[in-house]
Amino acid sequence: MLKSRLLLLSAIVPAMLLTAPASAKTLVYCSEGSPENFYPGINTTGTSFDANSQIYSRLVDFERGTTKVIPGLAEKWDISADGTVYTFYLRKGVKWHSNANFKPTRDMNADDIIFAIERQWKESNPYFKVTSANHSYFTDMGMPKLLKTVEKVDDYTVKFTLNSAEAPFLANQAMEYAGIQSKEYADAMLKAGTPEKVDQEPIGSGPFFLVQYQKDAIIRYKAFPQFWGGKASIDDLIFSITPDASVRWAKLQKGECHVMPYPNPADLDAIRKDTNVTVLEQPGLNIGYLAYNTTKKPFDDVRVRKAFNMAMNKQAIIDAVYLSTGVAATNPIPPTMWSYNKTVKDDPYNPEAAKKLLAEAGFPNGLETDLWAMPVQRPYNPNAKRIAELMQADLAKIGVKAEIKSFEWGEYRKRAQAGEHQTAQLGWTGDNGDPDNFLNTLLGCSSAAGNGSNIAKWCHKPFDDLVVKAKSVSEQAQRTALYEQAQVIFKEQAPWFTIAHSVQLKPVRKEVIDFKLSPFGRHTFYGVDIK
Amino acid sequence: MFRFLLTRVSLIVPTFIGITLLVFVLIRLIPGDPIETMAGERGIDAALHEKLRKEYGFDQPVLVQYWYYLLRLLQGDLGKSIVTHKPVIQEFISLFPATIELSLCAILFALCLGLPAGIIAAVRRNSIFDHGVMGVSLTGYSMPIFWWGLLLILLFSVQLGWTPVSGRISVMFFVPEVTGFLLIDTLLSGEKGAFSSAVSHLILPTIVLGTVPLAVIARMTRSAMLEVLGEDYIRTARAKGLSNFRIIAIHALRNALIPIVTVIGLQVGVLFTGAILTETIFSWPGIGKWLIEGIGRRDYPVLQGGTLLIGTIVMTVNLLVDVTYGLINPRIRRPR
Repeated sequence: MLKSRLLLLSAIVPAMLLTAPASAKTLVYCSEGSPENFYPGINTTGTSFDANSQIYSRLVDFERGTTKVIPGLAEKWDISADGTVYTFYLRKGVKWHSNANFKPTRDMNADDIIFAIERQWKESNPYFKVTSANHSYFTDMGMPKLLKTVEKVDDYTVKFTLNSAEAPFLANQAMEYAGIQSKEYADAMLKAGTPEKVDQEPIGSGPFFLVQYQKDAIIRYKAFPQFWGGKASIDDLIFSITPDASVRWAKLQKGECHVMPYPNPADLDAIRKDTNVTVLEQPGLNIGYLAYNTTKKPFDDVRVRKAFNMAMNKQAIIDAVYLSTGVAATNPIPPTMWSYNKTVKDDPYNPEAAKKLLAEAGFPNGLETDLWAMPVQRPYNPNAKRIAELMQADLAKIGVKAEIKSFEWGEYRKRAQAGEHQTAQLGWTGDNGDPDNFLNTLLGCSSAAGNGSNIAKWCHKPFDDLVVKAKSVSEQAQRTALYEQAQVIFKEQAPWFTIAHSVQLKPVRKEVIDFKLSPFGRHTFYGVDIK
Repeated sequence: MFRFLLTRVSLIVPTFIGITLLVFVLIRLIPGDPIETMAGERGIDAALHEKLRKEYGFDQPVLVQYWYYLLRLLQGDLGKSIVTHKPVIQEFISLFPATIELSLCAILFALCLGLPAGIIAAVRRNSIFDHGVMGVSLTGYSMPIFWWGLLLILLFSVQLGWTPVSGRISVMFFVPEVTGFLLIDTLLSGEKGAFSSAVSHLILPTIVLGTVPLAVIARMTRSAMLEVLGEDYIRTARAKGLSNFRIIAIHALRNALIPIVTVIGLQVGVLFTGAILTETIFSWPGIGKWLIEGIGRRDYPVLQGGTLLIGTIVMTVNLLVDVTYGLINPRIRRPR
C-alpha cells in the first residue's frame, strides 16, 4: 500500500512541481552572474557585456561568430586617404525602446552618437560622472588621446577626426563599450533629476528590450518588434543567473536552460555523452604565456630565453592543466585571428639542447630565478600555480632553480606591470579581433615603458617598427604581411614562453538553432532560433 | 522587566560600534585594492587610479575614513556599492526578503523535525530511535553544506526529477514584486501554478540550510529534556498519576525550553552563515550571495553595510530571545 502511494507520489510530484505555463519561443540562458549595471561604457566583465549587448546597438558590429566588422547603426562609412577621418552614414528610421519613464519622440540620429562618445570623453558632459567616471575600455583603447573631434555633419552623418591614423579604430567601435544610448532619454532623466536611471533602466535600439532585472536571479528580455535588423526569431530571452557551473549543467540537463557558459571541466565527459546536448568548441581569442623580464639579467640574453623555452614541456602542461580545453600556443596571437603566421615553428622541447644553450650563455651550472604564478583562474589559464610547479620541475632538469611566487591578483598585475619579476605568467583576451590588440598592446615599445601591459618589458625596434607601421595602414593585406613578419621576429627573440590558447566550450541543447560561438566569448542571441 | 530590557539594549550600543570597527578594519586587511579590482583584467591607468582613490576617500588614513563612515552612518547613509553604484541599503532591501523567506522556512523545518525528534529520543532514551536520531543529527551537523546541496540536487532534481534545480521560481513565471516574499507575491499575483513553483523551489534549499539547526535543536532538546525528566517534580507528577503526555508536554517541555530557545536564537547567526553557501549553490538571490561577491570584488561599502545590517538583525533576534527567555523564566527578569 505504502509502496503504491509512494509510486503515485513520485509520478504526481514532479508534474506538480515543474508545471509552468507554455510560452511563445523562449530561450533560457544560464548566465554565470549578475551584470554590474546597464551601461556598457563602464563595464569591464563579460557577464555585464552579455547582459548589455542584447539591448544596445553600436555604430558597427562584429559579424556573428567572426571578428569581421559589419554595418550597425552606420550603414556605411568612408575613411580618408590618410586614415585620420572616419565619416559614418547613419541608418534612418532606427527606433528606440521605451519604458514606464520614457517614450521616445524621435528616431536615432547623430546627436545620440555624439552623446555616447562625449559621455565617455568629455568631463564637461553632465553624464561623464553619472554611475562612474571610470570609462575603462574607452580609455584603454586610447580613445581620449586618439580623438580630435567628433562632429555632426547632418542628422544622419557623423565625422570622427583622429589625431593619427589608427587602423583598429573601426573595430573599436564594434566593441561593447561603444553601445549607443538615447540622448533624448538622458536629457529627460537629467531634467527629472534621476540621471542614474539611464544606466539602470536602459533604453537601447538593440534586438531585445529589458523587461525585468532581479539581481542574482533573472534578467528578462523581449524581442523588440521594431528592431532595425528585423525582429529576433525568439520572442522571450531569459538570463537565469546561476553562478555554480555544476548547477548550470544540472539545469541544462533538465531542460531548465538551453545554453550555458563555462562548464566545469570535470563535467565535460558527462556533457559530451548527453544526447540532448551539443558541445560547441572553438579556440578562444586569448593567450596564456610566461613572460621573461628582458630588462633584467639573465633574461636580457636571448639564449637564456630560448633555453627556457626548450626546457619546458608545453604539451605536458596542456595535458595536465588545460585537459581538453587548450591548444598549444606558438605565436602570440591565436590561430583564429587574421594574419596568424602558420609557418612559424615552435621551439621544440629539448632539455639537452636547452642545457647546452644555457652553458653557452654563461650558465653551465644553471641559475636561480623567480617564477610568478597568478593567484586566480583566468579564461586563458585554468591553474597558474600548477603550471608553475610543472615548469619548476622541468627547469630543475637543466639546473635552473625556480622559486614560485604569487600575490593577491590586483597586486600581482600591478607588480608585473611595474616589471618587478624575472619571469611571470599572465595572459590576454582579445577585445576587438585586431592583431594590434595583441602584438602592439602586449609587446610594443609604448607599452613596455612604465606600468604598461608589456610585462616582458621587451622593446625590440625591428618588431616595434613593424607593428607601429601596421597600425597606421588601412589595407588589410599589407597589415597581414607586416604582422606575419613581426611573429617571426617574436619567435626568434622569445620574450615569452607561449603556453596555450584556451578552447571555448559551450554546451547547447539540441533544440537551439544557429547559436554561434563568438570569438570574444560573448553570448548574443539575435539570429538564434529554437525548435 | 523594564530594567532588564534597558540593560540588554544598552549592551547593544558597544556591540554595534564593535561591529562597525571590526568590519571596517578587517576588510581593509584583506590584500587587494577595490579600485584595481573594479578595473578588472586590464588594470587601470595610474592617474585615474589615484583620482578614483581620492573620489572614494581611500587615500585618507584608515581612522579618518572610519570617522567619515561613522558620520555618514549616523545620518543613515550606508554608501553606494563600488561595483553597481547603487545605494547599499537599496540593494539590501531588495535581496533581504529572499534570505528571510529561506531562513524562516529552514528554521521552521528544523523546529518541526528537531523538537519532536529530540523529545522522543529523550523519552525513549537508549532505544534504537534515540541512537538513530543522535547518529543522524551528528551526521547532519558534520555535513559540508556545499556537498550536501549538490548531492540533493543530483538525486532529487537530476535523477528523480522531483524538484527544480535552482532559483526561486520557474523562469516562465513573471510575478510582480509586492512584498519580496515570493510565497506571498505568488498568491497575490493569482497566476496559476506560480505558488506551487515557488514552494517546489524552496524544498531543497530549506533542507540544506535547515540541516545544521535541525541537528543542533534535536540534540539540545534531547539533553535538556533528559535533564528535566530526572527532576523530582517530574517524579511527583508521575506519582500524582498525570498522563505521560501531560508530564512531557506541560511539565517537562516548558522547563526544557529555556536552553532550547537560547540555542534557536543562536541559530539565526548560523542560518546567515549557512545562507552564504546555500544561496550560492541554489542560485538564491539573497544576502549571502551578495556578500560573497562583495568580498571577491572588494566592495567595501557593501561589506560594511551588509555586515552591519545582518549584525543588527542577529542582535535584535538575540534580544528578542533574551526577552522570551525572561518571559519563560521569571527569575531572569528579576535581577538581584
